[in-house]
Amino acid sequence: MTALSILQLLRCPPAEIQGRILFGGQNLLDLDREGIRRIRGRSISMIFQEPMTSLNPMLTIGEQIREAVRAHTGVARGESWRRAVEMLRRVQIPGPDSRARQYPHKFSGGMRQRAMIAMALCGDPQLILADEPTTALDVTIQAQIMNLMRRLKEEFQTAMVLITHDLGVIAEMASRVVVMYAGQVVEEAPVQELFKDSRHPYTQGLLGSIPVIGRKARTGRRLQEIPGMVPSPLAMPSGCRFHPRCPKVGGRCDQQAPPMIHLGEHRRVSCWRETQNTAGKASGLEKERS
Amino acid sequence: MALLEVKNLKKYFPVKKGVFSRGVGFVRAVDGVSFTLQRGETLGLVGESGCGKTTVGRAILRLIEPSSGQLTFNGQDLLALDREKLRQARAALQIIFQDPFSSLNPRMNVGEIIAEPIRNHLKISRTEIGRRVAYLMERVGLHPEHKRRYPHEFSGGQRQRIGIARALALNPSVIICDEPVSALDVSIQAQVINLLAQLQEELNLSYLFIAHDLSVVEHISDRVAVMYLGRIVELASDQALYQNPRHPYSQALLSAVPVPDPEIRRRQVLLEGDVPSPLKPPAGCSFHTRCPVQNEICSREAPALRDIGDGHWVACHR
Ligand SMILES: Nc1ncnc2c1ncn2[C@@H]1O[C@H](COP(=O)(O)OP(=O)(O)OP(=O)(O)O)[C@@H](O)[C@H]1O
Ligand SMILES: [Mg+2]
Repeated sequence: MTALSILQLLRCPPAEIQGRILFGGQNLLDLDREGIRRIRGRSISMIFQEPMTSLNPMLTIGEQIREAVRAHTGVARGESWRRAVEMLRRVQIPGPDSRARQYPHKFSGGMRQRAMIAMALCGDPQLILADEPTTALDVTIQAQIMNLMRRLKEEFQTAMVLITHDLGVIAEMASRVVVMYAGQVVEEAPVQELFKDSRHPYTQGLLGSIPVIGRKARTGRRLQEIPGMVPSPLAMPSGCRFHPRCPKVGGRCDQQAPPMIHLGEHRRVSCWRETQNTAGKASGLEKERS
Repeated sequence: MALLEVKNLKKYFPVKKGVFSRGVGFVRAVDGVSFTLQRGETLGLVGESGCGKTTVGRAILRLIEPSSGQLTFNGQDLLALDREKLRQARAALQIIFQDPFSSLNPRMNVGEIIAEPIRNHLKISRTEIGRRVAYLMERVGLHPEHKRRYPHEFSGGQRQRIGIARALALNPSVIICDEPVSALDVSIQAQVINLLAQLQEELNLSYLFIAHDLSVVEHISDRVAVMYLGRIVELASDQALYQNPRHPYSQALLSAVPVPDPEIRRRQVLLEGDVPSPLKPPAGCSFHTRCPVQNEICSREAPALRDIGDGHWVACHR
């Protein structure tokens, strides 16, 4: 959802978007349709979970990539086809010349995702928003795509926002992590710190609840549970949205939303327990929400 | 004696070859699968999409008719049973599905959903059925007072609990769990995994646990079978398989699992290409087209699944 609103794919009505989205110092919410169109695909592009829904079944893969190339660079038709095939080669699709002439349904899931990545890269974007890019894929294909994304990220010098529920994928791909719960940021940390020293009870609960290969021998078969269920967006709990499921719930958690506490560069957490810890140490308690 | 024995199970689905041709081809969804399941044991079944896991599960329950093979349950030949005997055997073999949203009848309330198999199989009074439903709901962590609610009023995790209660209704000894947590929010998966583990201990259930998430399977299973293109390529205790996989496909599969620890850099065995179509599986060993260590015999002869010691089975020529 957050990613969709960055590129205004949820243009209102009915979605209502508030706040600011700064990209290179410019607020994207101030841009009109035309301004956004220029950003989308060129400066920022997106990769989705299910590539089939974002590919046109009536056009060959090559034609679709060529369209993207032309939209971004305005090169001639012949040249744009050559570049489309070149992009397919760079995302390691074997036989790119003949593959470019095929329709999406002839592609496997992994190949479609490669084609999507090729399309996302052909405007040479500064930022890629990848929304669960490997969730629909088998693990061996997921590993191929993750390697590819890592390599291309270096090669093209792009920044990436990777949206996923898979903590394994996070550990392997991310340098920084923002944890969201029920529509809000609850914690942010550099990836190593998040896995070693998470501060929010939700993050801690998640890390404890996933099965990890080889751990059973030490911890037994019982997994740590996060009790309760995910709240409905129509009935968000009062106060801290996590409080009905929180093992460390206390005092005002059910009444007042906790402030965002900044603990250092790229390190913040939104939890009342942290305000007690930090108040004692007289470190800066910054309020982000007013 | 094993509670359930599956021997050389095959399921070929007939498919038309082309729009104009009369020719019929076969999808070899399951192509000679054998394993046993002991009482109280969990056997994990893993492999990539389309390798035939669901088909194995459904063929055992005869929700789809196997093309050939032998199924022995409690000493009975499942494929030779008459209708009445099969009905009884079915009570003892149950299934829970991946998608708790589509596997429950939306027009029935929860009480009716759980009572249905009881009503169909046992001649007991309404009050007794009611009592049994309440007991089952409590057992899986649902409030019996909610029995008049409809599936859409429950969350994903609770719906999976309803499916589990229904599967338990006739005191089964085997439950086939087909991706039971794959559709659930990560924060809910542990609840359902713990429930399944607890019920197994208390009721001495046997699980055939089908999933593509290798960490979940390792966690819940005593033994694990790895499938590729309709066949089992390796079967071993969870420890032996995950610590010391012997088949090149298992090695690649396990090395591809992302580890939720940023300090661990795993060594990956990357596989080239995609899984071939089960309409035209490669000759010989069906993995040889992607195998990093294949040699000449592999494209000619299919390797048999053989025991290399301590119940560790591998189908590989090396
Ligand atoms: N009714 C059917 N008719 C024709 N082919 C079928 C039918 N059911 C399954 N298949 C094919 O049989 C093969 C095995 O399918 P199956 O659903 O058992 O795989 P799976 O391992 O459960 O996959 P997944 O992980 O995606 O659930 C696939 O190639 C599938 O397309
Ligand atoms: Mg399946």
